[in-house]
Amino acid sequence: MAYVMLDGNMAAAEAIKLARVKVISAYPITPQSSVPEMLADFVNEGKMDAQYVRVESEHSALSVATTAAMAGSRAATATASNGLALMHEVLGMTAGNRVPIVMPVVNRGIAAPWTLWCEHGDSMCERDMGWLQFYSQNVQEILDLILMAYRVCEDARVLLPAMVCLDGFFLSHSMQKVDVPDQTLVDEFIGEFKNKNTYLDPNDPMFLCDLTGNEEYTEMRYQQKVALDAVPKVVEEVFAEFNKKFGRSYKIVEGYQTEDADAVLVALGSMCGTAKYVVNKMRKEGKKVGLVKVTMFRPFPLSHIKKAIGNAPVVGVFDRSTGLGSLGGPVWNEVAAAMRRSNCEIYPYIGGIGGRDVTVENLEGIFNELLDLKDGKKAENTTWFDLKGNPMEIRQVYQNV
Amino acid sequence: MEKQQEQPMKMLKKRNVLGPVATDFTAANTGNWRIERPEVDYSRCSKCRTCERYCPTNVIEIRPDDQECVYINFDYCKGCGICTNVCPRQCIQLIPEVR
Repeated sequence: MAYVMLDGNMAAAEAIKLARVKVISAYPITPQSSVPEMLADFVNEGKMDAQYVRVESEHSALSVATTAAMAGSRAATATASNGLALMHEVLGMTAGNRVPIVMPVVNRGIAAPWTLWCEHGDSMCERDMGWLQFYSQNVQEILDLILMAYRVCEDARVLLPAMVCLDGFFLSHSMQKVDVPDQTLVDEFIGEFKNKNTYLDPNDPMFLCDLTGNEEYTEMRYQQKVALDAVPKVVEEVFAEFNKKFGRSYKIVEGYQTEDADAVLVALGSMCGTAKYVVNKMRKEGKKVGLVKVTMFRPFPLSHIKKAIGNAPVVGVFDRSTGLGSLGGPVWNEVAAAMRRSNCEIYPYIGGIGGRDVTVENLEGIFNELLDLKDGKKAENTTWFDLKGNPMEIRQVYQNV
Repeated sequence: MEKQQEQPMKMLKKRNVLGPVATDFTAANTGNWRIERPEVDYSRCSKCRTCERYCPTNVIEIRPDDQECVYINFDYCKGCGICTNVCPRQCIQLIPEVR
């Protein structure tokens, strides 16, 4: 093992290299671009024994990766934002055909307004496509979660694809100290790729993805549900084995100072690092606050969430996406459904979108508001907490006609 | 005798698969879709193999030693007509399919 300085995209590319991926097909999009660039360099320099397929779109990128995996190769792609939106149709193909691909998704908002910057709106749009979703707090987690995702996805009880999400720029372009494991240890941990279900093999032909009538469609969807239900147990096994082998411990949902908390915030992604700092700071001031960090959002870890929230009387849920037209952001919706039989109040918070920084002050404000709500000092919460004072008057133009 | 039986018996063993995989291939014969079929005028054919090269389903085979040298697998020929368009001698034409 060796410590090196890597940004999030480098860590993702390094993990794909360590997994000995054989086929790469990725289409560049900010802020993911350096992932396919680095993978191309690895192949060109002979550091990876892989075929690099240049494709004309993200739709083709995932189509190539999916079918390459069907044909028996571990395959990789990566994307972000509008690229993920263009993959939408193929996401269903990958999951429905039970192809275990691990795809880094560099979180960036979907246009319009055009943005290059961090938001979870892109991956949240795809949360019900049958993929697993992991959210990384820091660069080390990106590398580790990708390595572990291969094991989970390729497990015979699962056979589903996974997105490992990393916050655009905040993680993708942030240099951090990363422990890169030895190739031999990774080889022992992940093993060789083998098709365990269906496959494309001229010696034993199958016709995959045929038209399926209503007499079987429900059952095939149910098969996916059964696989997703099996995921938490498999993930816990893989996390435990990873900890034993590489010495880093992971949790599906991490409760941070939640045991006796008066107010708890549920969050995911890079902001969890800031949130832990804020929790420590406020605890020193005698304020009992805690953080629930969701590492795996799909499948939704119901029992883990309930356990982590525990008996906290007020819960805030921080969505880094808007959930437009819904009652709140997507994470809030599901946490509210999960806690519907509990006595706690659950408040939605929406912010940090389009690259807006989630600051210490922001999170302190949310925690203080949650404590005020608990003590009855306030009746309503501020859902769009980082909104400017004049949202409807930010741009003016001259009227010429 | 037992050994001879082993392989076919193995082939009969079924296993469960998840997701959509076809187990019945009756719809695979795409020649059924054809409403027109290519017909070759062998008196003008130069055996240049252009039709063979351009056929998108790869069902044309040229056997230059035969007088009627263009062999078309009509189980899979959809009658798309690309061969008629690319033929430099224009000696392939589409005629109505009769079944």
